[in-house]
Amino acid sequence: MKTLIFLIRKEFRQIKRNKVLLPIIFIMPILQLLILVHATTFQIRNVNIGVVDNDKSTTSLNLINTLGASEFFSITAFPAHISEAESMLAKSQIDMIMVIPQNFGSNLVREKQADIQFIPNAINVNFATLAYSYATMVLRSFNIRIITETTPTIMPVQHKVVNIIPRYYFNSEMNYKWYMFPGIMVILITMIGLFLSGLNLVREKEIGTSEQLNVTPIKKHHFILAKLIPFLIIGLLELTLATVLGILVYNVPFEGNFLVLVGFTFIYLFVVLGIGLLISTMANTQQQMMFVAFFVVIIFILLSGIFTPAESMPNWVQKLNVINPIAYFMKVIRMVMLKGSGINNLIHELISMTIYAIIVLSLATFRYRKTS
Amino acid sequence: MKKFLSFIKKEFLHIFRDVRTLIIIFGIPIAEILIFGFAINTDIKDARIAILDLSKDATTQQITNKLLSSGYFMLETHLQTSDQIEEIFRAGRVKEVIVFEQNFAKRLEAEGKADIQLILDASEPNTANILQGYTSNIIYTYVNELNNLLPQNIVINSTVRMQYNPGMKSVFMFVPGTMAIILILISALMTSVTITREKELGTMEVLLVSPLHPTHIILGKVTPYLVLSFINVISILGLAYFVFGLPIKGNLFLLIAECLLFIFLSLSLGILISTVSKTMQQAMLISMIGLMMPSMLLSGFIFPVENMPDILYYISFAMPPRWFIEIVKDIMIKGSGLQMVWEETLILIGMTLFFIAMSIRKFKIRL
Amino acid sequence: MNIITVKNLVKKFGSFTANDNLNFEVRKGEIFGFLGANGAGKTTAIRILCGLSTPTSGEISVAGYNVYTQTEELKKNIGYMSQKFSLYEDLTIYENIELYGGIYGLGLKKIKHRTTELLSNLKMYELKDTLIGKLPLGWKQKLAFSVAMLHEPAIVFLDEPTGGVDPVTRRQFWDLIYEASNSGVTIFVTTHYMDEAEYCDRVTIMNNGIIEALDTPNNLKEKYSAKNMNEVFIKIARPNITH
Repeated sequence: MKTLIFLIRKEFRQIKRNKVLLPIIFIMPILQLLILVHATTFQIRNVNIGVVDNDKSTTSLNLINTLGASEFFSITAFPAHISEAESMLAKSQIDMIMVIPQNFGSNLVREKQADIQFIPNAINVNFATLAYSYATMVLRSFNIRIITETTPTIMPVQHKVVNIIPRYYFNSEMNYKWYMFPGIMVILITMIGLFLSGLNLVREKEIGTSEQLNVTPIKKHHFILAKLIPFLIIGLLELTLATVLGILVYNVPFEGNFLVLVGFTFIYLFVVLGIGLLISTMANTQQQMMFVAFFVVIIFILLSGIFTPAESMPNWVQKLNVINPIAYFMKVIRMVMLKGSGINNLIHELISMTIYAIIVLSLATFRYRKTS
Repeated sequence: MKKFLSFIKKEFLHIFRDVRTLIIIFGIPIAEILIFGFAINTDIKDARIAILDLSKDATTQQITNKLLSSGYFMLETHLQTSDQIEEIFRAGRVKEVIVFEQNFAKRLEAEGKADIQLILDASEPNTANILQGYTSNIIYTYVNELNNLLPQNIVINSTVRMQYNPGMKSVFMFVPGTMAIILILISALMTSVTITREKELGTMEVLLVSPLHPTHIILGKVTPYLVLSFINVISILGLAYFVFGLPIKGNLFLLIAECLLFIFLSLSLGILISTVSKTMQQAMLISMIGLMMPSMLLSGFIFPVENMPDILYYISFAMPPRWFIEIVKDIMIKGSGLQMVWEETLILIGMTLFFIAMSIRKFKIRL
Repeated sequence: MNIITVKNLVKKFGSFTANDNLNFEVRKGEIFGFLGANGAGKTTAIRILCGLSTPTSGEISVAGYNVYTQTEELKKNIGYMSQKFSLYEDLTIYENIELYGGIYGLGLKKIKHRTTELLSNLKMYELKDTLIGKLPLGWKQKLAFSVAMLHEPAIVFLDEPTGGVDPVTRRQFWDLIYEASNSGVTIFVTTHYMDEAEYCDRVTIMNNGIIEALDTPNNLKEKYSAKNMNEVFIKIARPNITH
């Protein structure tokens, strides 16, 4: 125990003296939280539409005005032909084409139906789907308006309407920042923890100081714990700092209990730091360590459902996420922060993380070789 | 020149002898592309929902059936009272609760109007948005069918053509981005670390007193990564084309030339990082945390830059991957030629020259 | 009395044999020199004796402990200073001493006492709050030796301790070694400086993983009719070079 304190004190002294490490640990994440959260939105601000109006009737003009008046769309061009419109789409001058066919207005009157075609740039499927679904929403209300305008109100009850009233729980404004903030927080805490703990150990190997330690009667678990605890403390500090920032800057609601989050993060950090140490026991140089760590982290992040919901991933990914610590943390931090979930909602996650931590740390201790 | 060549050879041997690093260099890109291709998907299947049916009549039953047979939803449970809604969300069991009001069918028949409440877990706004869209569409379609029985109704049909990506594959979006990230990673990060490594372990001094010119030393360190990155470009393009069916509509040589330009840019960025950092740890953390996250998030890789607030939109101009991703999308998917991407290309060339000039300045000061 | 006994020590790395059937004993309290060119297998042997590396075969005991099974007990009783300088450059002298004292379980009081003792002996007490990275190499080496002696081990292993150090500091370094030896500590030192071999009680000359000779410097000089150890070494290691 006493030995452990000496070892931990040494780590802190080294961290304190490292003039680059401290800014990287604390200032960089803050800057990123301040900047990047704004960037991570799927919300569509504006869709530029080019209208190919082959009809030029009052009805088509009406439709164009309705579309242009809605908050998502601006009509920025009126190409004469579809080919012209397509080349504008290719140059990214517009995001979507709306094609109004000839006789659109008269068809509506005579045949009671007509077609409209939308051609979004679908390289970004998410964007295209949303843009199209907004457009159909506008089209639907336009449709209802035409019906009420053209049909005299003799039969008021005939036409049935189901009102859909959406209510957004936990985030009534549908604020993306509330969603992304915890996500970015998870990434930063994970990356910093994993890389720092891992690089630290390999660095000692690379510059030769670990050899001197190996020839002492130091216990393996003391060594591993000493490499772990300082970064655990840093991680928790980081969590607190980021949470305060989120509340102050982004008004992220903190519905749950902060201590529950701290408790979960505590266990989570054991897992992440343990993975970092495990990787570093297998690597000989910092370069190797970093690449393996990067490889692991990037896969964990992408599969965790930070940018795209985990539910939309195939089954095998969801199964794989059982061993993905970031997926757990991502889920838990959002649950606690936004939904106010308590320990009773998180028992499964807590148990899984604890088991995970025990396995990873035992492996790291086992893999650490004092004797080659 | 001979000395220089033998130095490059040494550097190559250095990398190739290290099997672990090699596996990583070639493994990451392939794994990442495969994951993006097969796993990342923006549409939702089998979202868990709960239904609170306060009416329990034939109409609500029909709507429920329509919803559940659509493939988008999976019924987690039927709720009995509205008190249960909060708790089921909190436990994270469902993403959406659909509430049919009391006497739903009766009201629809008698007044022509009835209400459905969609309660969405908006802690994930994107999912909430998409689910709301799916649910509303199904319900509206159902109501339209009821109304279509009336002869006097006018219907505007809409059709959609997903330009450039008729299969609606998310890979189209991710391949150019992944390529940019990988090239930045391998080129910028690897070079900055190898050069700083020599500095930190003190072997740089040995090299500097050797008859090799400093520029040659740097070039010698960089050349292997140029080759490795290039192999990566080819393998990513191959995977994208053969496995995921991405088109290469434009000129392949133009595409490869642009990739080479971007590799040069990343390498010069790597050299610049190595001139400002003293230890490997520093170089790594700068590249990893300072470079990775911004180039992932501010480049249009995942989040379209057009959606960002104005300031970030302008910051994104300074991100090399932003321009590269644009170029790759244009050439591969839209089939654009140089006349369409020359501006972006010029920007990349300008950035490369800037990085080189900066590193030369820093390098001279230090020596 | 023998404090180290090595019987038939073999260490292989794949198909390469670094130590080929070594046999020797080290007596308690002597200065035992391990000589050889770079790559002769000195470091491999010393790492095995310190419990840093497991031998392929052979019977080895150090300070009464078995190097296969009792490495951790063994480590309590030895000091080691590696060829690469391995104190923490970003810690001060005192912080380094405190760390290693802590690892050996000395307790703060004892650490403070030993620090004063060691540093005054080196005439470096005023520098105790200086970062190690700022010291000249020779000072660092002397300090590394003192840290290896911190917990008063029975044997100290020194792997090329004077590499890259100027002659004056080398001389001072050997004074430290004598001093330690006088207080009863066994010294096991590897070097490729042949003049240093003269300072040892007995020397072993290794070549290509094999022990070629083991005796006192005087006996060796007599046997090979050489003026100094350098000539002895040349005659053993490069027998084809004739005068």
